[in-house]
Amino acid sequence: MEKWIIILLGVAVLVAVFLSPFASTKPDGLERVAEDKGFLGRGEGPQVVNSPIPDYAVPGIKNEKLATAIAGLVGMIIVAALGFGLGAILKRKEKIQ
Amino acid sequence: MHIPDGFLNAETWVTMDIVAGLGIVYAIRKTKTSLGERQIPLMGVMAAFIFAAQMLNFPIAGGTSGHFIGGVMAAVLLGPWAATLVMSTIFIVQCLLFQDGGLTALGANIFNMGIIGTVFGYYIYRGVMISFGGKKGLLWGVGIASWLAVVLAATFCSIELAFSGTVPLRAALPAMAGVHALIGVGEAIISVGVIRLILKARPDLLQRYG
Repeated sequence: MEKWIIILLGVAVLVAVFLSPFASTKPDGLERVAEDKGFLGRGEGPQVVNSPIPDYAVPGIKNEKLATAIAGLVGMIIVAALGFGLGAILKRKEKIQ
Repeated sequence: MHIPDGFLNAETWVTMDIVAGLGIVYAIRKTKTSLGERQIPLMGVMAAFIFAAQMLNFPIAGGTSGHFIGGVMAAVLLGPWAATLVMSTIFIVQCLLFQDGGLTALGANIFNMGIIGTVFGYYIYRGVMISFGGKKGLLWGVGIASWLAVVLAATFCSIELAFSGTVPLRAALPAMAGVHALIGVGEAIISVGVIRLILKARPDLLQRYG
């Protein structure tokens, strides 16, 4: 693999596994506005799908940082596989002259 | 800026599902005629990188955080249509696996944080790049388009909330655009940083897409 691909993948692993457990837990821009304008409660009802790893924390793991790190790694592998798979399926067919 | 279930009414989320769905169908058709062999690994790498970066909320002013979105960066490297598919994949996985963004709001989230950056942002990038010219023009294009995509995503999010009767536009828009004008600066810094790295290593990847 080329160097820059390894660098980008390395950064992705670093961020997902080692940095994301220490990400800011403050509300994001939309949550902040929802809180300030009084509609945050509308989004707190039951969600339509029950996700297996809600809020990027693997259930059953007591250590929150570890739960987030594993969630990050799992998610990263899945989206990478899907992205790669989509590319392989949709790639341009070379026309035979 | 992932909208959860409950913020949008049915008229709004169904409309946004249709808009996003049409965007994805068109993106699949365009990608089939444009995606080259060497971009296949890039789709996987971009998906992994953007997913990871979206987990990393950074603090901004006033007890609020923001995170990278990545649509413009993906489009600069993959072209608008393959980038649309990568971004949509990320939002679908985030929704189904991690409860980040509601299933009913999936179309709205794909449109706001995906298509606005990958399509609209891409053409802003092209426009700035061509007007300024050269490597500087390219990087300015990435930066400006990245910032604008975040602010526009916040604007569309506000409009969708207003249409749903969740919050009046005059209350939502200034607050959303204001916060995301700051978050957009982070978006621009990260996008320009990554594109600079790739410009040094593989300038041939920054080619033109239709």
